[in-house]
Amino acid sequence: METTLDVESVKVIIFQLGDKEYAIPVSQVQGIEKTMHITRVPKTPRYVKGVINLRGVVTPIIDLRDRFNVKSSVEDDNTRIIIITLDDMEVGFIVDAANDVMDIPTSSIEPQPEVVGSYEEEFISGVAKVEKRLLILLNLEKVLNTLK
Amino acid sequence: MDTNQYLDIFLDESKEHLQSCNENLLALEQSPQDLAIVNEIFRNAHTLKGMSATMGFEDLADLTHKMENVLDAIRNEKITVDSNILDVVFESVDHLEAMIDDIANGGDGKRDVSATVAKLKRIENGEAIGSDTDKNESEKVPTVEEVLTTDSMKFDEFELTVIQQSHEQGFNTYEIAIQLRDDCLLKAARVYMVFDILEKLGDVIKSSPTVEQLEEEQFDSEFSVAVVTKETSEDIQKKLLKVSEVEDVKIQALDYQSLVHQELASTATEEKVTQPVEPKNTKPVATKAKPKKTPEKRATHASSKTIRVNIERLDILMNLFEELVIDRGRLQSIASELNHSELNETVERMSRVSGDLQNIILTMRMVPVETVFNRFPKMVRQLTRDLHKKVNLQIIGAETELDRTVIDELGDPLVHLIRNALDHGIESPEVRKAAGKPEEGKVELRAYHSGNHVFIELEDDGAGVNREKVLEKALSKGIVTPEVAETMTDKQVNELIMASGFSTADVISDISGRGVGLDVVKSTIESLGGNITIESTEGKGSLFSVQLPLTLSIISVMLVEIEKEIYAIPLSSIIETSIIRNSDIMNAHNQKVIDFRGKVVPLVFLEEIFEVTRTEPADDEFHSVVLVRKGEKMAGLVVDSFIGQQEIVLKSLGNYLTNVFAISGATILGNGEVALIIDCNSLIK
Repeated sequence: METTLDVESVKVIIFQLGDKEYAIPVSQVQGIEKTMHITRVPKTPRYVKGVINLRGVVTPIIDLRDRFNVKSSVEDDNTRIIIITLDDMEVGFIVDAANDVMDIPTSSIEPQPEVVGSYEEEFISGVAKVEKRLLILLNLEKVLNTLK
Repeated sequence: MDTNQYLDIFLDESKEHLQSCNENLLALEQSPQDLAIVNEIFRNAHTLKGMSATMGFEDLADLTHKMENVLDAIRNEKITVDSNILDVVFESVDHLEAMIDDIANGGDGKRDVSATVAKLKRIENGEAIGSDTDKNESEKVPTVEEVLTTDSMKFDEFELTVIQQSHEQGFNTYEIAIQLRDDCLLKAARVYMVFDILEKLGDVIKSSPTVEQLEEEQFDSEFSVAVVTKETSEDIQKKLLKVSEVEDVKIQALDYQSLVHQELASTATEEKVTQPVEPKNTKPVATKAKPKKTPEKRATHASSKTIRVNIERLDILMNLFEELVIDRGRLQSIASELNHSELNETVERMSRVSGDLQNIILTMRMVPVETVFNRFPKMVRQLTRDLHKKVNLQIIGAETELDRTVIDELGDPLVHLIRNALDHGIESPEVRKAAGKPEEGKVELRAYHSGNHVFIELEDDGAGVNREKVLEKALSKGIVTPEVAETMTDKQVNELIMASGFSTADVISDISGRGVGLDVVKSTIESLGGNITIESTEGKGSLFSVQLPLTLSIISVMLVEIEKEIYAIPLSSIIETSIIRNSDIMNAHNQKVIDFRGKVVPLVFLEEIFEVTRTEPADDEFHSVVLVRKGEKMAGLVVDSFIGQQEIVLKSLGNYLTNVFAISGATILGNGEVALIIDCNSLIK
């Protein structure tokens, strides 16, 4: 994220989607939930899985695998819902697993590599290489905005 | 000193006082002889003057002061009330309201009121010279009353006895006039300090204004108390002057004998001047009742113990309670699964208690429609003058309560309806006379509860809807086609006047018919979850009927199931449910319809609309249908099965999912899952 570039390091939550690892700044994460009953909302884009009852608040859920056109994997014990906030929106992302919390030095963040043909590239704000792991930093505004 | 923190209170109270002024002025117009009403208005104006001067709104204070002068003259019978004078007073109140509004919007409350001020002056002087105090003076009894200052206190029999007894025991009675500084902010606190000192010195037997009013700061900057004490007047004065923000203390010794005389004298005066009907043998105490009447009424009103609560806090309370309702539902379903008798009992008790709690919280947010209605009498008065019509407005059921959120939205539509009734409904006196109707038109505004709804009706005995004229207009505006117009029923024609872009008045006036018109009323009412209907007989009058839900946050719904998915349909739009055979379904223009009690009703298959994926084929023989309506139109929603009726808490889908088709919101069911609420209005075209 642009704003995180001027600080020394940024704390992120790392989650897994297929065989890739993604990162979202902790400041934008409200919590991580186990999967629960999702109520389908008709006439919405395919990646909107529906809404859940998050402690009394009706929260929309987006399946990131559908959003990024990654081949769907089956829901299992590791599947999590990451609740994020952006502006005054609260949205949950379905991910394969929430792996880790770590500090990434801002110096290790690079702009995204010019890979052609990857559908998800428009949602990426950068990549970071930490201890041989390649982390993809998400641009949440882009992930959420296309619905509007 | 910074007075900003008091601004909200000032605005609230000013509005209350002005409202009370308005009401009383209208009452005064009905019974111009009633000086008690004048007193009430005077007191309102006086308090307003004091408050605005304190807050530094000079223009406001100045105009109030001028108005007060006129009222004072009326009160002292120097001027007789007529509608011309009242017009000017109304005008001043209008200006005051505008000033207050300006202040509320961050302005400085300044406004050019010189015309009104001049009029007030003329009334005050012109009238006063003509019918000056001839009558007054002859009626005034001289002697003691003249000697004492005009704002001297009057004592009732009991208080006189106290003064007499303490006098006999060597106590002195003083009347102390205390003047607070004009910029004193905590008047009640100063009053308390003054009383505290006086109680240490002796006994306070009376205060003017009353203690309650003093505590509520319902006085200008001056008040007086009567004290029995053994101290000397100098000592008292010194001690009182030590209280900060006390500007001046005047002490006058009271002589018991002269007090008794004064009392008798004033009794005589009052009996002669204003209360000829009163029995001759009335005692001083009884006659005292008149001048004291209004303050007393005020005091009891204040002691009914109400507090102001910020609406935000009530909203928070409501939200918390909504959480509780959801958990209650969950507990109930768990208890019924476990079937444990003690648990069941406890849950039942809890449900009952929370049911009561729900009622209380909902009623706490209820406001009488009076808060909207009370501005109408004045508006109607003004409109009838502008339009040169005679109208008698009757308000019935102003105490009917509605949720605050609904009330806030209700004002504008009703104003519009009333303007419409006066402008287009009621005819001019000449026309009415020619039609054999009384010259004065009747407009009745009614509010009442019925079931889960509040009805507000506006009925007039005016011209009603002219079918030909409406159709002609609708055709020229292209709202209907000539073919359709031929076949329309009277009711449908009536509905046309609420179609958008419609205005029947030949001349566009600024009263109503500004192009926007009744369609705005209709859409506002519908956005509140209500609906509006019109009945009209040409030449006899029209009746607008508005139906509104009691509250917007907890609603009754019917839960239905479509292939494991649960949806909620608001009861307010359901007419009935029915189970139909497949063979009952007919086809008309690619639209499946059924014959429901002689009416052709289109069917809406929710599983198609909501794109439900079927895992097993549905029952083909029978269909469960929920018949819903939107105004006059109906539709049958086809579902798999009915679950039952339930009270639910309305929740939004959040800011991410906006404008989902045919879904107005969501709710959380007893099992913790989310169910979507169907918006029937968007399913009926």
